[in-house]
Amino acid sequence: MTGLITMDDLTNEEILEILDDAERLLPVARGEMYLPLLQGRIMGNLFFEPSTRTRMSFETAMKRLGGDVINLGDVKTSSVVKGETLFDTIQMVDGYTDIIAMRHPRQGAAQYAQDSARVPILNGGDGAGHHPTQTMLDLFTIRQAHGRLDGLKVVLAGDLRYGRTVHSLSHALVRFGCELVFASPALLQMPEEIVSDLREHGGSVIETEDLYGSINDADVVYMTRIQKERFADEDEYARCAGAYKLHARHLSEAKEDMIIMHPLPRVDEIDPSVDETRHARYFEQAFNGVVARMALLCKLLDVPVPEDVAAAGGAL
Amino acid sequence: MSNEQSMRRVTAIRNGTVIDHVPSGQALRVLEMLGIAGETSVPVSLVMNVPSKKLGSKDIIKVEDRELTQAELNRLALVAPDAHVAIIRAYVVAEKLSINLGEEVVNVVRCTFSNCITVNPREPLPHRLRVVSRDPLQLRCHYCGRPQDLDDLVNNVL
Repeated sequence: MTGLITMDDLTNEEILEILDDAERLLPVARGEMYLPLLQGRIMGNLFFEPSTRTRMSFETAMKRLGGDVINLGDVKTSSVVKGETLFDTIQMVDGYTDIIAMRHPRQGAAQYAQDSARVPILNGGDGAGHHPTQTMLDLFTIRQAHGRLDGLKVVLAGDLRYGRTVHSLSHALVRFGCELVFASPALLQMPEEIVSDLREHGGSVIETEDLYGSINDADVVYMTRIQKERFADEDEYARCAGAYKLHARHLSEAKEDMIIMHPLPRVDEIDPSVDETRHARYFEQAFNGVVARMALLCKLLDVPVPEDVAAAGGAL
Repeated sequence: MSNEQSMRRVTAIRNGTVIDHVPSGQALRVLEMLGIAGETSVPVSLVMNVPSKKLGSKDIIKVEDRELTQAELNRLALVAPDAHVAIIRAYVVAEKLSINLGEEVVNVVRCTFSNCITVNPREPLPHRLRVVSRDPLQLRCHYCGRPQDLDDLVNNVL
């Protein structure tokens, strides 16, 4: 494979292999041992749009595996502000690095970068398009909680129109035979072309505005933030903001092993009362970003993860 | 009215290209796709909405003193995929060409999605639309993956 632009770049078997690799790398991600599988490799971190978790977890993943990272830095002080094309930026960074992690406000930028580059591109989000590395950490988190990916009932709630996280994740979940419930305000429904794609691929999809009525038989409730920055119209944002506020009292009838996920940052869609419940998984999910990206970096750089990580690694 | 009568609504041309069986009402779009709209130095004739046995009604275009190339004609796949094309030399049909819709439409039109990476005119890679279905014609941008509205697309001719 070259890069990871959308989840279509991975087969189900490859997804499961990468999740297995990630599982074995957990002690390395936690800093309990040192395993410099990527020593001598350099990753270019190109974030043309703000990011906290994705950028930092890519950087942590690379460094935990002994690799180095160079950063584009603030777009306002880079050549981008001088009018440099994405093509030219990629040509330059391609020469400096072995792999590029990238986020860009324009949809299709990751594919464009991959077509311009020699090194693999890891898509860390392109506009409202795809976010496959987030999907991998989401799948890791779901499998960690339920021991499997197939046949689960997953409720995706909030901003399904602009939320690239849920776009990539729903494609992947359908491939594993999950049943999806899309709960969103009418203005923020999942784009029609994605719903029809999912149904064409045999996906079971229910669309509703009733989040709270969908919780009780769910295995996973995946909340998302209503993203102010994606709205051109302030009034539209005002009508959607605060549509869902998940509180601990909404979870009294939930399944014992149901988990609540969120790609973070949250605003007020998950009340802090939920943090103390057995269902809250969003902080573990954020940590899993490191281990999932470690496994992806190894896969794309063609570096096998040892079967026995404990034997291969050393003390810090 | 016979096909011959339809063809004779405009004079036979000595040399050039005749594009027949253009879907009714699409002739102006065809000219636009070929870059012939507006100022051009060669005579162009078109008839619109003439009866056709095959299509019910159709448009016909005659471009004098210019032989359109296969690459130019392939641009028409978006608006007139079943058009018949004849190259005329000394009043006779010298060659018959068909329009080929490949797997991708490259550098013919720009993606219609306003936030696609290709909206920056300085980005140098080719504009690529993947053909996901031929009948009905459905295209998606190679980069952003968005399905393309054909009516909007003809306004994005490069």
